[in-house]
Amino acid sequence: MSSPEAPATEEAEAPVTDEVREEVLAELREDLGDAIVGTHIVPGQDLWVRVTKDAWQQAGFALRDGAGFKMFEFVSAIDWLPSPWGKSEDSPTDEVVETEPAEIVTGYAGGDTRFQVFARAHSQTRKMGVTLKVDVPEDDFSLPTWIPVFAGANWHERETREMFGIDFVGHPHLVNIYLPGEFEGHPLRKDFPLLARHVKPWPGIVDIEPMPGDESEEGEEG
Amino acid sequence: MTSSLVLGLELAYWQQSILRSLGILLAVLLPAGTFVYLFLFKMVSFMQSRLGPMEAGPFGSMQLLAEVGKWIQKEDIIPEKADRLLFKIAPYLVVSTVLLTYIVVPFGPDMIFANHDTGIFFALAVSSISTLGVLAAGWASANKFSLMGGLRAAGQLIAYELPLILAVVGVVIQAGTMNMSGIVAAQANGEIFGFDGIGSPYFITQFLGFVIFMIAVQAELAQTPFDMPIAESELVTGYLTEYSGIRFLLFFIGEFAAVGAFGAIAATLFMGGWAVPAAWADLNNNIFNLLGPLILMAKMTLVGGFIFFIRFTMPRFREDQLQKLAWTVLIPLSLVNILATTILKVAF
Amino acid sequence: MAAITDRQRLAYANAQAADGRVNLEFETDEGMTLNMGPQHPATHGTLRIVVKLDGEQVLSCEPVMGYMHRGYEKLTEVRTYPQVTTLINRIDWLGSFANEVPFILAAERLMEIEAPPRAQWIRTALFELSRIANISLFVGDMALHIGAMTAAFYAFRDREFVLNQIEAATGGRFHPNFDRIGGLKDDLPKGWIADTKAAMERIRDFCDEMEILVEGNEIFEARTRGIGVIPAEVAMQFGLTGANLRASGVDWDLRRDEPVGLAWNEVDWNVITHPDGDSFARFWVRLQEIRESTRIVDQLLDGLPAGPYMAKVPRIIKVPEGEAWVATENPLGEMGYYVVSQGGLGPFRVKIRTASFNNVSVVPWVCRGVYVPDVITILASLYFILGDIDR
Repeated sequence: MSSPEAPATEEAEAPVTDEVREEVLAELREDLGDAIVGTHIVPGQDLWVRVTKDAWQQAGFALRDGAGFKMFEFVSAIDWLPSPWGKSEDSPTDEVVETEPAEIVTGYAGGDTRFQVFARAHSQTRKMGVTLKVDVPEDDFSLPTWIPVFAGANWHERETREMFGIDFVGHPHLVNIYLPGEFEGHPLRKDFPLLARHVKPWPGIVDIEPMPGDESEEGEEG
Repeated sequence: MTSSLVLGLELAYWQQSILRSLGILLAVLLPAGTFVYLFLFKMVSFMQSRLGPMEAGPFGSMQLLAEVGKWIQKEDIIPEKADRLLFKIAPYLVVSTVLLTYIVVPFGPDMIFANHDTGIFFALAVSSISTLGVLAAGWASANKFSLMGGLRAAGQLIAYELPLILAVVGVVIQAGTMNMSGIVAAQANGEIFGFDGIGSPYFITQFLGFVIFMIAVQAELAQTPFDMPIAESELVTGYLTEYSGIRFLLFFIGEFAAVGAFGAIAATLFMGGWAVPAAWADLNNNIFNLLGPLILMAKMTLVGGFIFFIRFTMPRFREDQLQKLAWTVLIPLSLVNILATTILKVAF
Repeated sequence: MAAITDRQRLAYANAQAADGRVNLEFETDEGMTLNMGPQHPATHGTLRIVVKLDGEQVLSCEPVMGYMHRGYEKLTEVRTYPQVTTLINRIDWLGSFANEVPFILAAERLMEIEAPPRAQWIRTALFELSRIANISLFVGDMALHIGAMTAAFYAFRDREFVLNQIEAATGGRFHPNFDRIGGLKDDLPKGWIADTKAAMERIRDFCDEMEILVEGNEIFEARTRGIGVIPAEVAMQFGLTGANLRASGVDWDLRRDEPVGLAWNEVDWNVITHPDGDSFARFWVRLQEIRESTRIVDQLLDGLPAGPYMAKVPRIIKVPEGEAWVATENPLGEMGYYVVSQGGLGPFRVKIRTASFNNVSVVPWVCRGVYVPDVITILASLYFILGDIDR
């Protein structure tokens, strides 16, 4: 039906939404100034903003009140360290991997540290979201809490704390949310081994199903 | 109308006692079993678009025996921190009250276990004892859910005993007696504005009282719009949470036998009991000692069916809403009912 | 008398310790602590809610999760992209197909491929079917939690028609695992469209029935109206999404506002909102949404474009470097995947943003000063799936 036009219209719209994101970025720059240390825009898709650690909470307020991103999505973190255990999805023969200090490659909007916390908020008037990122240096492994900005950050910060070990200063009840209280380690860190994989190696991608697109087209549905 | 004559036979006292004991067990277990199979298994299944038990016996009619066998086989678990004595006797308390209730219910002109002059008063008084059993079970289980269930049951009893009794007062005033046989006779021989073709069943002349009575019975029996003492989605199963095996079975029998008992009381008070209207047949005929129980059973089944129909249609009230309904609606209404009955009684 | 071995002693001690953890009495100045869960008939799995009570009134209420934490975010890091969909099927197990879609879309976005229109339309239709299957169960479930058992049986009965259609199309009743990067595993079977339309007719009848049986019941209204009111501002603060947000009067639906390539904007339907924000509003909005979903499915099937159902994708899928966030309006609310790829066979990091996690986080806020039965009403009306909280 109208399907052939669909990609065409999206491409036509792309620069327009891009301008919208530039505008948001400009507004945030006005509020935060030098606190923004990195940005990235994928036209028509998304906006990434990296702020300094000191401005983390301020960035949240700027996002919520200044730019009107009132809907909270999530707070989480990412460990950019390449897994010292190798890519376990590849094949079982890779189980013994030389743990040479691989280079940390950070994603969009850059980054200087191994750990980054990222959070997302959404605007219903602009119909777009923004991903905020912040570097968390390992010598001062803490961040101010986002609960004053978005009350929903409470549980997300608890999860981030137990999964990565990042301390959220000012959080009223920073205890484990999923794991038992006596659990040791922070499971989502890349150097935390997935024991199941070490006990019984994953077969890797052994059975790739034939892609249906490869075969001849079946009869149309009537 | 002494009870030494049963079915026209002259029996010794010990023979009568045995007959009475067997009779009361029959009177308790037969309706309970019928209700469970007819309503809990089958009617509800059809209401909920399923078949219910189909394997044991024709149309699953022997399912009840299988269930009883299952419960008897199961381990009777008593929680470690429970008050063992209370925990053990609570189910017996509940069942025995139901047995007591049947004592004053007339099944025929001479078929009555004890013909008290204050029969209805006795029946309503002893039926409240079951709440003591429930409260004991709730307390003795050493479980917070059980405790809350027991407390809710007690609160419910206090709130709903009043409209129950006040609704009955209207009947008593109209019949002029508290003797249940007398109430039956008053309905069979009565007339509505000079028309005596159907006697005077009080569910017509005491309609408001009947509605209040049925609502209060529903609450008294803790059936669904008022099943907060059990409330399986809130309190797991309330005071039954810690019970298993034979003791759970006793509670279960108690619950359904109580439906039967209150069905019998409601049928006696409002539907003419064992009797048919006096215009249809001579009620002193001895044949009614045989037909009476069947007629009463049919009427009880109607009432029981109604109770279960409501149970499986309605959602549950909240505890405070239940109290509000009792104290602000039912009790004033039943007082109005008494007042109106009194005025009409004097006027006519 | 056999001596007790050390092992038995240890097992006993462990069991006692586990018991102690579950039945832990929280230190309270006043009131009673009631543990609802982890095994409780009204918690959809193993959510535990620690309620502090004064009589029947709730002083405070704290959900405790983690009894079903399966570590999906870690597990995705050691799987290839096609393998991940099998996992994420199990997040919201009542609307499984809807879980796959945002992840596949995120991967497609990173690979810069797009599924052909027929695949997108079928995806949308299956998405809506899983929404209907999920939410029709909610309708019965909410009634069950308020004490009306019969509605739950009707819900299970009529949901079966939808599950049959999902099974006919995908081969799986509960966990289809049907979505592929670049399209779908298969085309629709013959005769499926007519059968599905008949099923939609049944679902509309079901909605009518529920409106009379549940929604029109005075006791139901008395139990739900004004209970658990969440104002729009608070809802957005906590990141509530889906029907919970719309029941607070916020006119926001990702299906309409950010359709991410799927076919919702090609058909005519309405976003349902309710201004009250209470439990009744949440129930009402969901019930109306089933109707809208049946309309969407009907129209999608009428206008289903012809063509391939699979784009050309490489046999071994490697996703180029990048980060992508794709969220869709799932049955429970907004579900999003933040996929970070470093060019491997599997994702480098996947942040799974599930609807229930945020939706339930409002429980301590909203359950203050209510009665014990209201806690159940509120939990039922917020509608969570435990797998969707714990992931």
